[in-house]
Amino acid sequence: MIQQFIDQAPIFFTLNNGLYWLRALMTTLSMALIGCVVGFIFGFVLVYFRTSPIPWLLPLRALLIAYVEIFRRIPFLVLTFLILFASRGFGFQLSLFWVACVTIVLIATAYIAEIIRAGIEAVHRNQWECADVMNFSRARTMLYVIVPQSWVFIVPPAFSYFIMFIKETSLTSQIGTMELMSAGKYFNSIGISPLMAYGTCLLLYFALSYPLTRLGRRIEVRLKNRFKGNMATLRASDQ
Amino acid sequence: MTQLEINGLFAEYSPSLPILEDVSLKIETGEIISIIGPSGSGKSTILRVLVGLLHPSQGHVIVNGTEVNYKSPSALKSMRDTMAMVFQQFNLFQNMSVLRNVMIAPLKIKKEPEAEVEARAKEYLEIMGLGEKFDAYPDQLSGGQQQRVALARALALRPKILLLDEVTSALDPEMVNEVLDAIRVLSTKGITLIIVSHEMAFVREVSDRVIMMDDGKVVEIGTPDEIFTAAKTQRCRDFISNIIQH
Ligand SMILES: Nc1ncnc2c1ncn2[C@@H]1O[C@H](COP(=O)(O)OP(=O)(O)OP(=O)(O)O)[C@@H](O)[C@H]1O
Ligand SMILES: [Mg+2]
Repeated sequence: MIQQFIDQAPIFFTLNNGLYWLRALMTTLSMALIGCVVGFIFGFVLVYFRTSPIPWLLPLRALLIAYVEIFRRIPFLVLTFLILFASRGFGFQLSLFWVACVTIVLIATAYIAEIIRAGIEAVHRNQWECADVMNFSRARTMLYVIVPQSWVFIVPPAFSYFIMFIKETSLTSQIGTMELMSAGKYFNSIGISPLMAYGTCLLLYFALSYPLTRLGRRIEVRLKNRFKGNMATLRASDQ
Repeated sequence: MTQLEINGLFAEYSPSLPILEDVSLKIETGEIISIIGPSGSGKSTILRVLVGLLHPSQGHVIVNGTEVNYKSPSALKSMRDTMAMVFQQFNLFQNMSVLRNVMIAPLKIKKEPEAEVEARAKEYLEIMGLGEKFDAYPDQLSGGQQQRVALARALALRPKILLLDEVTSALDPEMVNEVLDAIRVLSTKGITLIIVSHEMAFVREVSDRVIMMDDGKVVEIGTPDEIFTAAKTQRCRDFISNIIQH
């Protein structure tokens, strides 16, 4: 095996192959990033309407709850194939990359919405009432008061989720998206030893998610310091 | 002039479990009213109805001659424009500095000019003895300081009626007096004050009239002297003597 590694090294470690891996890495990162950023935006919108007190929005709220409950339970791969064939069936020529992105957004929205909802509910009820009494609208209360305080509860689980999702994107190789996992498969298929092909894959996944874990941790510490009082408030209200 | 009138008010948190039963009272402009009574008697609930956090199931609330229509958001809005409320705790927005807390509603909700709002906010904070704390965040303040910021914030809204719900009862004893002093300052400003408090000496000192509540009903209304030394009802006498003993 070691011999094979030494033999193949010169043909594997070339500039062209490096660029190939880099492109695959960027594809993986873009999918996860697009999924999470768009998922965050949709997640906020979803939570805003899901928690609305307006009576005639009730049907919409039921729909949103159903969405969250269903899309958190569909296996990623199942949804990927569903989107792929559905889009083809309806005549949309979505590229494989965008099929993957749509899938990720659909699932990420459901997950992130739950994270956001929990974060918003963790903010003390009095903050709503104070804003109410001062004639803040619901949107303004969210914008100025509740959301800024909920980041501290949202960021840590959102980051773990994001990192988990980077791994999940490997499943999109099943439909042929040219991301990291596909790159591993490709190199293996042209005769590079599996150890080398998938080993590189593994290292690159690690290189992607480890700095993100650290970044998430740093943001978390920052927010916790910033909102010491908020956390204390929470502990007090738990009693 | 009658500023606030409550007629035959019933209110409940869950259907058919009335917390307030047939409460009626009249408050004159500039009056300082204290509401006393045992825990659970509905003191906070009255205030919550007055600021529209809870809608009455029966009865009328009349502010400055206009009956409040609780079904109309704009009526609730204009009612709240005349009132400000300070709660027992967690009043301040944790994500904003002291100054920002005081400025936010006049600036963003009432859309008043920033320079004017800022000057007024600073002035009220200084009245409350917080001239040094403009940039502090709520979690960097003591409980007493936080409540004083909350008072300044309420004042900056220039309310006609200010509602204070046990603003000292979550405080350590050594901080109670600084907040009571701040309320004393307020009490000279001509704002109608409705104070819920367990600080009986303070109530007796600042109030024009005292309302004794029990079990969701108004038991007795009178001047502080009447209530504290010559209450007509047995219930009120019992409550007062109980409190004074402690
Ligand atoms: N959000 C709520 N939901 C249901 N019941 C409530 C709620 N808030 C208060 N109550 C009930 O209403 C009754 C009156 O409560 P309220 O808070 O008005 O009393 P209070 O006189 O302010 O008492 P305290 O001195 O303890 O503050 C109590 O029996 C209480 O259990
Ligand atoms: Mg109370």
